[in-house]
Amino acid sequence: MCEVKVITGTSAAAEAAKLADVDVIAAYPITPQTTCVEKLADFVANGELNAEYIKVESEHSAMSASIGASAAGARAFTATSSQGLALMHEVLFAAAGMRVPVVMMNANRALSAPINIWNDQQDSLSQRDTGWIQLYAEDNQEVLDLVIQAFKIAEDEKVLLPVMVNLDGFILTHTVEPVTLPKQENVLDFIGTYEPKHAYLDPKKPMTQGALGDPNYYMETRYAIETAMENAKKVIADVHDAFAEKFNRAYGNGLIESYNLEKAENVIVAMGSICGTIKDMIDLKKKEGVEIGLLKIRCYRPLPIEMIKDALKNAKNVAILDKSISLGMNKGAIYADVASHLKDKKTVNYIVGLGGRDITPEDILGIYDDVEISEDGKTNWIGLKEE
Amino acid sequence: MTGSQFPREELFAPGHRGCAGCGAAIVARLALKAAGKNTIVANATGCLEVMTTPYPETAWRVPWIHVAFENAAAVASGVEGAVAALKRKRGKYGEEKVNVIAFGGDGGTADIGFQALSGAMERGHDMVYIMYDNEAYMNTGVQRSGSTPLMASTTTSPAGSLIRGETMPKKNMPMIMAAHGIPYVATASISYPEDFMNKVKKACEINGPAFIQVMQPCTTGWGYPADKTIELGRLAVETGVWPLFEIENGEFKLNYKPLKRKPIEEYLKVQKRYRHLNPEEISVIQKTIDMKCDEYGL
Ligand SMILES: Cc1ncc(C[n+]2csc(CCOP(=O)(O)OP(=O)(O)O)c2C)c(N)n1
Ligand code: SF4
Repeated sequence: MCEVKVITGTSAAAEAAKLADVDVIAAYPITPQTTCVEKLADFVANGELNAEYIKVESEHSAMSASIGASAAGARAFTATSSQGLALMHEVLFAAAGMRVPVVMMNANRALSAPINIWNDQQDSLSQRDTGWIQLYAEDNQEVLDLVIQAFKIAEDEKVLLPVMVNLDGFILTHTVEPVTLPKQENVLDFIGTYEPKHAYLDPKKPMTQGALGDPNYYMETRYAIETAMENAKKVIADVHDAFAEKFNRAYGNGLIESYNLEKAENVIVAMGSICGTIKDMIDLKKKEGVEIGLLKIRCYRPLPIEMIKDALKNAKNVAILDKSISLGMNKGAIYADVASHLKDKKTVNYIVGLGGRDITPEDILGIYDDVEISEDGKTNWIGLKEE
Repeated sequence: MTGSQFPREELFAPGHRGCAGCGAAIVARLALKAAGKNTIVANATGCLEVMTTPYPETAWRVPWIHVAFENAAAVASGVEGAVAALKRKRGKYGEEKVNVIAFGGDGGTADIGFQALSGAMERGHDMVYIMYDNEAYMNTGVQRSGSTPLMASTTTSPAGSLIRGETMPKKNMPMIMAAHGIPYVATASISYPEDFMNKVKKACEINGPAFIQVMQPCTTGWGYPADKTIELGRLAVETGVWPLFEIENGEFKLNYKPLKRKPIEEYLKVQKRYRHLNPEEISVIQKTIDMKCDEYGL
């Protein structure tokens, strides 16, 4: 009853949006996201997907149109990457503040200058405070599954926040893998229809959306988003579990995934496609009788810090990998968020893979060795060329 | 339609926070009367947005959305797309036509929102874009925009001894919009309400994008007594500063021709933004107006 296709990550995202029967797509091309919106354009052109495809003139307008469409009651989808995401920055806040459940695929890519189209996660991590739920995929199957889950999470009345599904540029966007596609009727049965009750542009029931909120009200809106983020943790887990039950695929508890954490003293915390390589290395070492572990963060916002702490309770030396850098701090965002909660452990930050710099299996093994001897709180740049 | 045929119902409620005599409020009130209830409004950041929606109050009796300064046309694109999709797929929004109207000030239209507007017009969305033109950024305290006229004094184009106010002529938005090949472009003035409302009505009825630039005198930005708003709007038309015309499917039509154009000085002298002008400078402005009127057959 399912279909298996050998497809790229961007195709997986497009297929998922189609399975979710989105009503409005507003999109603008940017490498390595483009193939996603091309695929969606094909679907609409061939009548495979009944949606309005708005060929906007920029990412800023792509997000603006998505907000308008979602506020008008449509299931809206868009996709972007890097400079495009940065151009959306202003309206990302508006999407969250206006509580519209837009779903967006983001192909993780470095930011200029110098211009660089290759993978790192600086783009989405720079948007961490916009109020978007951020999910990260390890492989193309997870891309498809996450996009489907994203609609259900975003549209949940306890959440009503936009969701960004991230996949590593080229590593996933342009690599083909077998992906199992569920039947559309089952997907729609799982997600349900988007029936906004809180706010909806209906001439029969006029409502003002996006009003001016003076100091008497603004803070409460932020608190409401924070509460929704907190609610989202449970919703993400529940949606994940329901999905696992229905479609027979599970990813940890939906927010994090533990891999060989019970016995390992040396563990890596990481996000995205690199987790695949790390798992391979863990398996390899296990055969040699060495126990090392991985904590994969699947949901970066809201950050399930209690779960992370609990999952790492047996760890001694924690290597936190970041494909981004907060310049002037010499730390990546994940380290900044996680390390302060692990006071009883040694934490070391590894800056890896910026702008598409290769991360080899040897690098991963090197990190496991290094974290055992490295100084607590240190930052190490991996693969940096030295003159 | 003539005056008495327009509905009495007010879809723009009284009690907003605009300045006394604000022309922007009149724009919204007249436009909604003409468009009717089955309308969704997208509004750019600016005076109109800020003065009408201080939470928990709202002056809008139609569904209304504001997202940011530069994106009213893009937001309206999304709304229009959603209405089309939901009508087709789920029978939502009913049989009747839903008018999607975007309001943007001159800054939100001619400057920062220009790209989004151009995109929306070029894509052929069925929407009406109303540029309410008070010829400066009023919401941030009267700074020049691309629509500020020559020699007008604003806080960023102040009249000094060396530089005499705005140095560049006003950006010609209607002609730029007409060059997009859209089916309907018009200018209007709140001082000619029937003309304005008929244009809004026509724009709503037309399939595809329509653009209306409506002059809206601003007591605060222009510096004149609050009870003179309508008078100033009329003077702008009578002097030829603000010709009333429409361009329907490429065809230009002048809507009103004053019997005898009044000298520009009558319009300038009542406004503080022009009070620095000497007779020589006034005659420069007069000449530019004369040239424009020749071109338009006024
Ligand atoms: C990106 C961005 N830049 C600047 C502003 C500040 N801002 C808000 S309204 C406005 C001017 C609005 O002018 P206009 O569009 O002419 O409308 P008016 O206030 O005159 O009605 C400015 C500069 C903003 N909100 N967003
Ligand atoms: S500044 Fe001008 S446009 Fe703004 S509210 Fe006052 S009169 Fe109206």
